[in-house]
Amino acid sequence: MEKLNNEAILNLIQGAFPNDVLFHEEPYGLLTMEVTAAKGHEIIEWLKNHETLSVNYLTNIAAVHYPEDAGREFAVVYQLHSWKNLFRLRIKCYLPKENVSIASLVDIFPGANWMERESYDFFGVEFIGHPDMRRILNEDSMDYFPMRKEYALEDDTREDKDDRYFGRNNQ
Amino acid sequence: MMSELKTKEAFAQSSETIDGNIATINFGPTHPSTHGIFQNVLKVDGEKIISSEQTVGYIHRAFEKLSERRPYNQITPITDRLNYCSSPINNMGWEMTVEKLIGAEIPKRVQYMRVIIMELARIADHLICNSVIGVDAGALTSFFYPFTEREKIYELYEEICGARLTTNIGRIGGFERDFTPAFHTKLQSFLKTFPKAFEEFDSMLARNRIFMDRTKGAGPISAERALAYSFSGPNLRATGVDYDVRAMHPYSSYEDFDFIIPVGVNGDTYDRFMVRQEEIRQSVRIIEQAYKNLPEGSYKADLPDFYLPEKADVYNNMEALIYHFKIVMGETEIPPGEVYHSVEGGNGELGFYLISDGGRTPYRLQFRRPCFIYYQAYPEMISGMSISDAVLTLSSMNVIAGELDA
Repeated sequence: MEKLNNEAILNLIQGAFPNDVLFHEEPYGLLTMEVTAAKGHEIIEWLKNHETLSVNYLTNIAAVHYPEDAGREFAVVYQLHSWKNLFRLRIKCYLPKENVSIASLVDIFPGANWMERESYDFFGVEFIGHPDMRRILNEDSMDYFPMRKEYALEDDTREDKDDRYFGRNNQ
Repeated sequence: MMSELKTKEAFAQSSETIDGNIATINFGPTHPSTHGIFQNVLKVDGEKIISSEQTVGYIHRAFEKLSERRPYNQITPITDRLNYCSSPINNMGWEMTVEKLIGAEIPKRVQYMRVIIMELARIADHLICNSVIGVDAGALTSFFYPFTEREKIYELYEEICGARLTTNIGRIGGFERDFTPAFHTKLQSFLKTFPKAFEEFDSMLARNRIFMDRTKGAGPISAERALAYSFSGPNLRATGVDYDVRAMHPYSSYEDFDFIIPVGVNGDTYDRFMVRQEEIRQSVRIIEQAYKNLPEGSYKADLPDFYLPEKADVYNNMEALIYHFKIVMGETEIPPGEVYHSVEGGNGELGFYLISDGGRTPYRLQFRRPCFIYYQAYPEMISGMSISDAVLTLSSMNVIAGELDA
């Protein structure tokens, strides 16, 4: 079978979802697409069941916080892998801070369960349809999402330390 | 053997109850047989597990958050503490991720040196896991035998980087020094004595009647379920799926070596054990090939902006001192970009998803930790098993607390 290249993969996806691939690039050879958040679930399910593409493996889910980017403060990044065709694929969905929620993938990939719980725990991304949307690594009573950029690692109000020379106070 | 499989299966499927009372017990968080801090709340009917629920996060250390405040070369020691049974693989996976981001070209010699060390780490990792399965099945001797060999591997680490468990081995761009003469002597003697010592260990368990009875059929998972749960590494291969990052997406010149990817059939504890045993043999083969064909050349890439200069130069040469200062302070130019790199860790696909915005620290770094992903299948795997099988399943999955909680 002929090896699929990124362009062919992209054409197939764009053919099926003409209005939903908002942006695409290939950093370091890995096809990366931004898709509309509402269609993320549908596209991934389509990719998994597609006869030729057969994207059968969910590698990873990561959330990212871009506080400066108005209207698209949160990104949920899915890394997918097709073993039949040996290509990786990255799908991104951007979410506004007013409504940080996206459809859960647990019905397609049961392994998404804890990955999504981790994203919820650290970024507060709600996964709709998730069977057990709770914190996972942090304590249940925690009332903030620690990986968001507004929580700096060190306490900025500390006055006993002067570490300008280490490049730390000039963020 | 079939009879034993049937007994375990029949036990799982029988609806007969011991006394009809469902008891709730805590398996962990601190219990000698959990080898780390894992809590499982089990609902049991006599010996039989009806359902279970894990609690994770006991040693969560916020590595991803920490990484957002640290320059790139200071993140290597963080990766040590993921799967601490095979830290060199984590270190080198991270170094390769950064090298991919900056587009560095790595000399062949460095790649082969890395392969040797990563395979040594894989042997050490699998030895611990498999000897611990022995302990949980009641054979303490099999725990002590391989420790002599593991010690030799740790001595080899020491020759390279001075550390043993949390190695912080290598640098972005290569190694701080070439293999020392002592390393060569020790590696040659290791390659000579290890296979025999390993077969001795293997003969204690692999065809041991008691061990087989205990492990066959304990904690099985099918290939379909394992894939759905995004399993990787030996646990996936034990179900019969031959996915290995070293072969599918070769990094660090793995395509140069001839090795077999062993697979199991039933995905149970015995298959996981056997897959790891065979992987150790294959790792020895890879080390032999890499060592025999170790190319001449430099032990470091030409990356003055990232690679710390030689100590002798730092003391005598102004330029080197400046570079040393800049690198230690994290004042190097990092290109903005987004990169995913994965290596075959001791437990499976260990991935690094790195987003750089051009600053001195990563904008976002996420570790794809194989343990974290496959441990969620544990309740499904032990459902219907007895408590003693749950213990064996946990140790044969090689769940490492450091990698689970990050």
